[in-house]
Amino acid sequence: MITDFSESSLKNFLKTLPPVDQVGAEARAAMLATRSIKTASKTWAIDTAISMVDLTTLEGADTPGKVRALCAKAVRPDATDPSVPSVGAVCVYNDMVKIAREHLDSIGGKHVPVAAVSTAFPSGRASFAVKRQDTLDALENGAAEIDMVIDRGAFLSGRIGEVFDEIRAIKDLCGNKAHLKVILETGELVTLDNVRKASYLGMLAGGDFIKTSTGKVAPAATAPVVLVMLEAVRDFHAATGKRIGVKPAGGIRTTKDAIKQLVLVNETAGPEWLNPQMFRIGASALLNDLLLQRMKMRDGHYASPQYVTLD
Amino acid sequence: MTEFEYAPALESTSILNLQSDYKLFINGTYTAAKAGKRFTTVNPSTGEAIASISYAELDDVNSAVAAARAAYTKVWGKMPAAERGKYLFRIARLLQERAREFAVLETLDNGKPIRESRDTDIPLAAAHFFYHAGWADKLDYAGLGTNPKPLGVVGQIIPWNFPLLMLAWKVAPALAAGNTVVLKPAETTPLTALLFAEVCQQAGLPAGVVNIVTGDGVTGSYLVNHPDVDKIAFTGSTAVGKAIARAVADTKKSVTLELGGKAANIVYDDAAIDEAVEGIVNGIFFNQGHVCCAGSRLLVQENVQDEVIEKLKRRMALIRVGNPLDKNTDLGAINSAEQLARITELTNTGDAEGAERWSAPCDLPSKGYWYAPTIFTGVSQTHRIAREEIFGPVLSVLTFRTPAEAVEKANNTPYGLSAGVWSEKGSKVLWTASKLRAGVIWTNTFNKFDPTSPFGGFKESGWGREGGRHGLAAYLKGGKN
Repeated sequence: MITDFSESSLKNFLKTLPPVDQVGAEARAAMLATRSIKTASKTWAIDTAISMVDLTTLEGADTPGKVRALCAKAVRPDATDPSVPSVGAVCVYNDMVKIAREHLDSIGGKHVPVAAVSTAFPSGRASFAVKRQDTLDALENGAAEIDMVIDRGAFLSGRIGEVFDEIRAIKDLCGNKAHLKVILETGELVTLDNVRKASYLGMLAGGDFIKTSTGKVAPAATAPVVLVMLEAVRDFHAATGKRIGVKPAGGIRTTKDAIKQLVLVNETAGPEWLNPQMFRIGASALLNDLLLQRMKMRDGHYASPQYVTLD
Repeated sequence: MTEFEYAPALESTSILNLQSDYKLFINGTYTAAKAGKRFTTVNPSTGEAIASISYAELDDVNSAVAAARAAYTKVWGKMPAAERGKYLFRIARLLQERAREFAVLETLDNGKPIRESRDTDIPLAAAHFFYHAGWADKLDYAGLGTNPKPLGVVGQIIPWNFPLLMLAWKVAPALAAGNTVVLKPAETTPLTALLFAEVCQQAGLPAGVVNIVTGDGVTGSYLVNHPDVDKIAFTGSTAVGKAIARAVADTKKSVTLELGGKAANIVYDDAAIDEAVEGIVNGIFFNQGHVCCAGSRLLVQENVQDEVIEKLKRRMALIRVGNPLDKNTDLGAINSAEQLARITELTNTGDAEGAERWSAPCDLPSKGYWYAPTIFTGVSQTHRIAREEIFGPVLSVLTFRTPAEAVEKANNTPYGLSAGVWSEKGSKVLWTASKLRAGVIWTNTFNKFDPTSPFGGFKESGWGREGGRHGLAAYLKGGKN
């Protein structure tokens, strides 16, 4: 695809990408949102979505107690039903990684990875030395997944070499220890053309996942944005044989939203992406709605929200 | 379940109040055909009969025209325009209220996916009535001079591909302009028109303003040749359109014809390829390709041909073919055995003439009339599949090297109904559109319809326009300027 990663050759490469027609992309996403997912396929979709949730808490008010509670929920989302799968990962700030990892290990959650947001999340406005240390800390404390933010300021001012180098440097720090998710913050990139270009930058620089948003900027994981990113990983795979994952985050709150995401995956990138290794959903409130819908599918009636836990 | 298979999500037919036999609608009441002849309308997705329909003979057509004439002279022609508008608004609202019923019935009788009848046909039909309702008392401002006059009794013959929508395209402007109507729906899809008759009753539309005679081409010819009909509006094949033009050539009747097409969908190398692929799919597989303005000839710039075809095939493999009542179905049934035979015959010439066929891998139901989404590559201008209207889910792919060649090939057809241009370069889009000889040109989209936009063809694709101010003019005699 491209072998020389100088800024000028990266720029030339990004120019070869076909443009995105926004109206057309929105129409395709809207059409896929009309898919009607019922009965057996809905049951399957709910469990699959649960296993893809990156259960997230990213608040200034986060405390060890709050993070431990979240970990318990991640391992066993529904206390009354052991057949509910664990979520994909627990996603926290750097200083909570150790607490999360230790607690998960102590409650039988060794299989649930801890993802750390990194590189001066959410703005990314810090020196590279700080971003580097941020990432090293998280890795040292047991993060198996690093959710880094790209430098949107550099991207928008055309310094894409800087964006690329930063992703690559963080990827080098991750090595074999951790998966790298590259957060594009599409709400700040604004155009779908930018989303496509940033997706390719993230993939070329070694990201294992491309992720829509921090959850701190609106709009976040809109359907057209996810569509364009799924097209990018599909085409990148066709060109290189390498499968990159996708993680929408922000604004996905209901089972309906989550199922729409799965339909987008199924009919854009394809069924090979329909698993937690290739697709994650960054969310906090979503999990409870998935659990309530799961109870409804099982029992035939809706349960009160009091039947799911708050954490 | 290890893969995301969509469980059937069937729209219920319980909303329908289906009858076993249907009568003609003449002078505001359901009336049995005098000779008592009947024919059957079939569900194309199963091949099973839905209902028995009255067949209108000459006598019945005469009664319908007489009823329309009386209503025109005594009631509708004299009514204040604002009052006419109220009836049209009422009809529009009733169509919206009963949208689901109309959508299910349309899908049952026509074979099109419920997603399309629900999201396109019925909402657009209501939109046409709303739009023209607004015009009824503003005809002085339609640019036709002050006080333009209606024509009188209008005979309207509509096709089976968009039964209710084509009814709306024809009936709404005719009534808004003050004409009365005798409408003949297509032989294979009479049911939504007959349900529309019920809406006319519900709206309290005066008797005789809308009359509906069901039957085949012979019934249609009675209407065309009737001496007391002032205008014929026809949508259908070019062959029948020519016959109608001959039949009315030495009469005072005015005529509008909306006929066939073989639209070129031009994809330049600088297009947004993913969205262009969606547009190609929408252009030819929307409504099983039973669309007169379907983008049935893909003209793709040679240097992006491989990429476009590869993406197109991958996308076509995702098209969900099956039960039209399933909300997840993308491609429904071919409307009739006759149409399926025509598609099969024409596509066989594609094989024989050396084009390369590729069909999406899909399981076709064992009953009913079905055709898998298909493309032919390596097609040249001389092939029959590049020249004749297939009117099915079959795309012919041709290539071009320069914009001039694209335009030349696009225009090299006796038709000229529609065309598509895909490029992100505005100047090239405008240049191309200005050279194309087609009535409707879409850029970076396809098959978009709106009641405010005139629709119609060049050359053998038709005479006159439907929709917008231009469409209104076809139902009016110009006033004083």
